[in-house]
Amino acid sequence: MTTPTIGVLALQGDVREHLTALGTADALARPVRRPQELAGLDGLVIPGGESTTMSKLAVTFGMLEPLRAFVRSGKPVYGTCAGMIMVADKLLDGREDQETLGGIDMIVRRNAFGRQNESFEAAVEIAGIPGGPVEGVFIRAPWVESVGAAVEVLATYDGHTVAVRQGNVLATSFHPELTGDHRVHAYFVDLVRRARR
Amino acid sequence: MSTTPTTPQHPETGTARVKRGMAEQLKGGVIMDVVTPEEAKIAEDAGAVAVMALERVPADIRKDGGVARMSDPDMIDGIINAVSIPVMAKSRIGHFVEAQVLQSLGVDYIDESEVLTPADEVNHADKWAFTTPFVCGATNLGEALRRIAEGAAMIRSKGEAGTGNVVEAVRHLRQIKGEIARLRGYDNNELFAAAKELRAPYELVKEVAELGKLPVVLFSAGGVATPADAALMRQLGAEGVFVGSGIFKSGDPAKRAAAIVKATTFYDDPAVIADVSRNLGEAMVGINCDTLPESERYANRGW
Repeated sequence: MTTPTIGVLALQGDVREHLTALGTADALARPVRRPQELAGLDGLVIPGGESTTMSKLAVTFGMLEPLRAFVRSGKPVYGTCAGMIMVADKLLDGREDQETLGGIDMIVRRNAFGRQNESFEAAVEIAGIPGGPVEGVFIRAPWVESVGAAVEVLATYDGHTVAVRQGNVLATSFHPELTGDHRVHAYFVDLVRRARR
Repeated sequence: MSTTPTTPQHPETGTARVKRGMAEQLKGGVIMDVVTPEEAKIAEDAGAVAVMALERVPADIRKDGGVARMSDPDMIDGIINAVSIPVMAKSRIGHFVEAQVLQSLGVDYIDESEVLTPADEVNHADKWAFTTPFVCGATNLGEALRRIAEGAAMIRSKGEAGTGNVVEAVRHLRQIKGEIARLRGYDNNELFAAAKELRAPYELVKEVAELGKLPVVLFSAGGVATPADAALMRQLGAEGVFVGSGIFKSGDPAKRAAAIVKATTFYDDPAVIADVSRNLGEAMVGINCDTLPESERYANRGW
């Protein structure tokens, strides 16, 4: 079976770290900024960054609807931090004009863990990822306030939901791409491989 | 990365990874100087990834003279309350008490900045002592690495703030990138002498030689006034840009700010840059840097 091709939305954010992590997890990874660049992708990562900027650029450059169509197509999508906000059906503490793609039936609260001085690292146990806890890097991180019945909660931290999955859409409050441990990316690449079958 | 820390068992704030990681989230974006909450709103509406609070924009500091200091805490509170994006604020070089105040106000990043009047002509602040991360300016690789050694979690090439002239920004970024490229070609024997020449810790010099980049995010600052200027700095290797006077000293700040944001994302697409550059109104007037006396060159501050 050929290597899956996974795009990383490159409007703004920590794109390079995701490209590296996906490469380590045996996927072909490339940055995506234009609607036509979504063609031929087996999966998509929405990186960490500033979600209000990302949303605004997606609207301005005509990416919002093509990205929504990509999510609806059932191809796997993984969002970290700002990316988690982007795949939320509902958002709290965002800007009024802030658009999300949706994809996971959940309410996400932006910057829920606080400002930068409250940003932290902690070990997080994730259901479905063997080998012990991953290194959770939480930066002005969101959390999941509530989820619908079809959503699987994969991890919680301090009583708050920080990793979820609904079908082929995956989201984490934290940034595995900032660590050398690429098990979450490997989990996602595996999701992409299965979806292609 | 040789300096990558291991994850603690208990939650830990202010680690090198969350400090540097915060800057990674800003990449590909524009950080805008703002003086008031109203300007901060305009910047956020335009798509800025963060705003930088300061008392006066550099062009006004040049015009008015006098000592430039940290912004009024009331103004910083106002800016923090006005926007939901990260808020940075400037402290004077070596003025660690201004930095302590900014940390207590809850800003997301502190810029120990040559644009303000230095408080100490020998020492920069010990930035490891803070939970809030720091960004610092640099004109060359040695200066960047000395700041990183002091705890800076992000570097910006200095340029010459408040001039609206991109020439110094280009000079400093090319200098830093060029010195990194040269290090890449050195063998291990040569790195010790290189560290001595750069006046920087050997471990950091070795790390840069291995990575082919700084161990922290590198933005460009000081003189960006147009969308094409921002795209130029990106094509030269800056991971994002700071824009100071260029926005709020122009004819139509909201429109110019949005245009610079778009050009920063599509920095390698001349058609987009052309499109966003149309009808932006007056750019800031600008200053020829070769007529600036040495004493008025902010880039010379810091060492």
